[in-house]
Amino acid sequence: MLTKRIIPCLDVKDNRVVKGVNFLNLRDAGDPVELGKRYSDSGADELVFLDITATIRSRKTIVELVEKVAENVFIPFTVGGGIQTVEQMDKLLRSGAEKVSVNTAAVENPDLLAQGARRFGNQCVVLAIDARRSKDKPGHWQVCVKAGSEPTALDVVEWAIKGEKLGAGEILLTSMDADGTRAGYDNELNKAVTDAVNIPVIASGGAGNLDHLCDAITIGHADAVLMASITHFGNYTINEIKQYLKDKGISVNL
Amino acid sequence: MIIVIDYNVGNVKSVCNAFGYIGCKVKLSCDPVDIENATGLVLPGVAAFGYAIDALGHAAELVKKAVAAGKPLLGICVGYQLLFEKSCEHGQHKGLGLVNGDVISIPKGRVIPHMGWNMVKLPKEIDLFEGMGNEKHFYFAHSYYAKPADSQAAIAYTEYGFQLPAAVKKNNIYGTQFHPEKSGTQGLQILENFAKICEK
Repeated sequence: MLTKRIIPCLDVKDNRVVKGVNFLNLRDAGDPVELGKRYSDSGADELVFLDITATIRSRKTIVELVEKVAENVFIPFTVGGGIQTVEQMDKLLRSGAEKVSVNTAAVENPDLLAQGARRFGNQCVVLAIDARRSKDKPGHWQVCVKAGSEPTALDVVEWAIKGEKLGAGEILLTSMDADGTRAGYDNELNKAVTDAVNIPVIASGGAGNLDHLCDAITIGHADAVLMASITHFGNYTINEIKQYLKDKGISVNL
Repeated sequence: MIIVIDYNVGNVKSVCNAFGYIGCKVKLSCDPVDIENATGLVLPGVAAFGYAIDALGHAAELVKKAVAAGKPLLGICVGYQLLFEKSCEHGQHKGLGLVNGDVISIPKGRVIPHMGWNMVKLPKEIDLFEGMGNEKHFYFAHSYYAKPADSQAAIAYTEYGFQLPAAVKKNNIYGTQFHPEKSGTQGLQILENFAKICEK
């Protein structure tokens, strides 16, 4: 049986892992290669590295980082942040990433998803969506781009469906309202998206305790749960998380 | 020395890194002399099938020749799918035809791609799985799967609402749908076992 995945997320800025609250107030969480290796050795199922600076200068740094991570980490990892072309995807995949995630560039140029899928297969192409609860339309979420700073007219569920059709093989769904609050995932959002698409969905934003992770899977129907604060700062080990989920009857790789 | 076939697809480097980590020297190459002198070959790959077979180009004949000469070959993910006769991923594409069977879509009615860690039952008598116990989790990421025409060739299965073939063996030809280079210690064990097979 396919297991639910536990995925630590490493937001990288100036070659350091950082973590903020609601995408702001960044706090240092260590060296990305060391932290990646520690997670890989301690039983994480997968890792996500997001380059949150994503400038031209940081683009070169992230390729070097991917190469270093790949020498030490023998579990799959996804890389995202500022990817705009198939050539950039190719470079990261060839450097050792298993998947690439696109966010802003896919909104600006949806064909990028199709191009990536044709060349690398859709299992390589992750559509990252930053979702903010709509103030005008209850039960709806708005797609935000440019690291969450810019709201768009796109509806999250509709965009997820379109993304799947274009060739995305997975959705990394971040609730901006819940991000870094440790108050729990937005499972209404998770469920709305998982019910609408047939590709795996990674729930992200808001993990604060073990019940939150369990709820994202059982209530939000997420295929994988992403977390940062609660594992970076030592609240829980990956093993504790998996043991807890297993005791709740959830299939995990333990 | 084991040669990891160098063609223009993702994850070639990850495979080399994994062999390096277990202390096994490999070379990334598609040079005819290297392939002829190899003790074994690895055909990795993260790509769409059509893109991968085109990227392999003239190296396809070199791989076939080496296999005919008895060299062990390990195909991984799309490199494993290339071993078969044909695939219907984004159009019809011909494979290497080293193993009889086709690559087809995972049937609808479940989440696709099949993505993540799934349990694989490992038969004891297969040398590729030596010393690994009855079952282990491995990392999968694919929307298409290979259906060997000869059920004897399928040596391992995983459960995904149906019995999905996870690995094949036909004489000196081996292949895994999952990624041993990304499946932690149990994955590295498979690469180590393959390295031992190549030494024989």
